[in-house]
Amino acid sequence: MAGIVGYGAHLPRQRIKVEEIAKVWGADAPSYKKGLMLREKSVPPPDMDTITLAVEAARNALRRSGGVDPAEIGAIYIGSESHPYAVKPSGTTVAEAIGATPHLHCADFEFACKAGSEAMFVALSHIDAKAMKYALAIAADTSQGAPSDALEFSAAAGAGAFIMGSENLIAECLHTHSYMTDMPDFWRREHEFYPQHAGRFTGEEAYFATTMGSSQALLEKTGMKPSDFKYAIFHQPNGKFPQRVSRMLGFTQEQIDPGWLAPRLGNTYSGASPIGLTATLDVSDPGDLIFMCSYGSGAGSDSFIWKVTDRINEVRDMAVKTHKLLDENLTYVDYGTYAKYRRKIKKNY
Amino acid sequence: MRDVCVVGVGMSQWGEVWRKSFRQLFVDAASAAIKNSGVDHLDGLYVGCMSGGLFVGQEHLGALCADYLGMAGIPAMRVESACASGGMAIRAAMFEVASGASDIVMAAGVEKMTDCSGDDATYALATAADQEYEVFHGATFPGLYAMMAHAHMAKYGTTRDMLSAVSVKNHKNGAMNPVAQYPFEITMEGVANSVMIADPLHILDCSPITDGAAAVIVCTEEKAKALGKPYVKIIGSGVGTDTLQLCQRADMTTIKASTLAAERALKMAGKTIKDVQFAEMHDCFTIAEIVICESIGLYAPGKAGAAILAGETALDGKFPVNSSGGLKSKGHAVGATGVAQIVEIYKQLTGQAEGGRQIPGSPKIGMAQNMGGSGASSVVHILEVA
Repeated sequence: MAGIVGYGAHLPRQRIKVEEIAKVWGADAPSYKKGLMLREKSVPPPDMDTITLAVEAARNALRRSGGVDPAEIGAIYIGSESHPYAVKPSGTTVAEAIGATPHLHCADFEFACKAGSEAMFVALSHIDAKAMKYALAIAADTSQGAPSDALEFSAAAGAGAFIMGSENLIAECLHTHSYMTDMPDFWRREHEFYPQHAGRFTGEEAYFATTMGSSQALLEKTGMKPSDFKYAIFHQPNGKFPQRVSRMLGFTQEQIDPGWLAPRLGNTYSGASPIGLTATLDVSDPGDLIFMCSYGSGAGSDSFIWKVTDRINEVRDMAVKTHKLLDENLTYVDYGTYAKYRRKIKKNY
Repeated sequence: MRDVCVVGVGMSQWGEVWRKSFRQLFVDAASAAIKNSGVDHLDGLYVGCMSGGLFVGQEHLGALCADYLGMAGIPAMRVESACASGGMAIRAAMFEVASGASDIVMAAGVEKMTDCSGDDATYALATAADQEYEVFHGATFPGLYAMMAHAHMAKYGTTRDMLSAVSVKNHKNGAMNPVAQYPFEITMEGVANSVMIADPLHILDCSPITDGAAAVIVCTEEKAKALGKPYVKIIGSGVGTDTLQLCQRADMTTIKASTLAAERALKMAGKTIKDVQFAEMHDCFTIAEIVICESIGLYAPGKAGAAILAGETALDGKFPVNSSGGLKSKGHAVGATGVAQIVEIYKQLTGQAEGGRQIPGSPKIGMAQNMGGSGASSVVHILEVA
């Protein structure tokens, strides 16, 4: 049976508050805070990108793996909307940095905000097929949001990494379900800096319909119900959407709390539900069942049912916990610094 | 001229109706009106639409709508007068029947506004203002109506609460309308604390962007009687126009085009405003409803705000305004709005208003006031029970 043998996250320590962004654009901060349930978001500093985030998250996953030899990793997949290169994989640099080269598969994945869970899905499939001993799936993003767009209040940075294998599991993957339709709700065309989206349509017809479609299909397929799970994680483009969809499905606030990071982290795009899973594993006990459903515009959702094993108690403290990254040692930046970090200031070269 | 009756009405769902196209919204409303009236054919079709071209890239709407209604071959044309397009379609259909040219004609209105971005929709709506003298200089409709509101406040002491009262009342009515876009009640505090759009207008002072369609069947009284369905008479129709530019008007605190349209409609009907018992009004912004109440002579200049705040235009007030929920709560599918107003008047006069919003006392005469832009065109109809 395939599952997770090591997991880890990484987040930048810089944050910007909703009020700071709203002040610059004349936006109404209280309505964003209340309407979208966002307080602040992470900001990647100039020396951080999807690759460096992925390396740090992968190292934390290796720390919790109980001594997996990186050379035994047979595949590395990175899902992101912000691969630093249009042509040249992020995964090669990450593989080199963690010592996994040269005998492995590598590909960068793209499916809006579910590229990361796609990487997890394919990595699990390799293990199920017994094609390799370990496969590394990473979800990482330094998300883009156009200046003054609603997305600018949420687009954040972070990464989650999962080493998949079949022995010494921390969490077993019991079931999966993928669901997708052709849905033009959010997109970024070649050579464009920032994505475009279709406002409320993106929520109602895309996020909610797709997340519900995938989640309900998996619950039906398995004959399980929300109350069977200790925890649940949903894609979190803001604080409100995952809270609302969890209620629609019948999950409680207590079930989503550990992985509900968006109000303080923002939307880490591909990283959102995978990082939520790392935070949830950090507080899980052996035997806990965890429901997870990603969402990527375009649009699709990957749903997973994880069962935590006894090994969680051994590995939990072997690497930094996600809530420590979220809560401690924070640096708040002003909009000017944020604009510089995010390369929003044109310098003509 | 022959007497003209409304014998059946139909509405599509109004709101962000993402799963229905322009033509489907029209067919939903039109087929409902045909079924409601029992007519077996149409002699003609008028389609009110402000900007199919900019909202969905579709023009040539008369033929398109006739075709998708399964009636390709009938005379059909589109009517445009910005947000007054629907009311103008009613007028065109009415006069076609009154003239003796046709016996049974459909007047419909349709607008599909959510297929484009908010910016594109704002641009499309702004084409109803004067491009050279207003839009190029940055004016938007919220901005133009905000100036009217400031002028009205300065001249008459109109208050924030008076503006809010319009919105609260219309939402209270709209909460009972099954096709309304926003069928829920809001509070005075909620309006005053909502996001600022163009001072003094907050978001809850503004009507929304809406997908929707409405249709009515107009015919001779002879045909209406033969159909055996409830019908009402259109006893007056009036149109007025004014400068497109707000800055060219002598007084920003009144809408002269509506004054002219109401005078002409009342004259044709042989009535005075005192004979009218309720109205649908074009509350694209809260200030608009206050100004219209004064422009059509219902209240003296500067007196409508306090009357609305006191509940005089509530559903159980002495002159109910916007029992449908108005543009604010029912929605504002611009080209369809004027037709939807006639739908509401018909339902009220025939005792068919759903959801508990039937005006008490079986009113006999109602008025629909529809207008385009910042009031450069306006059309008023008076309907009476048969």
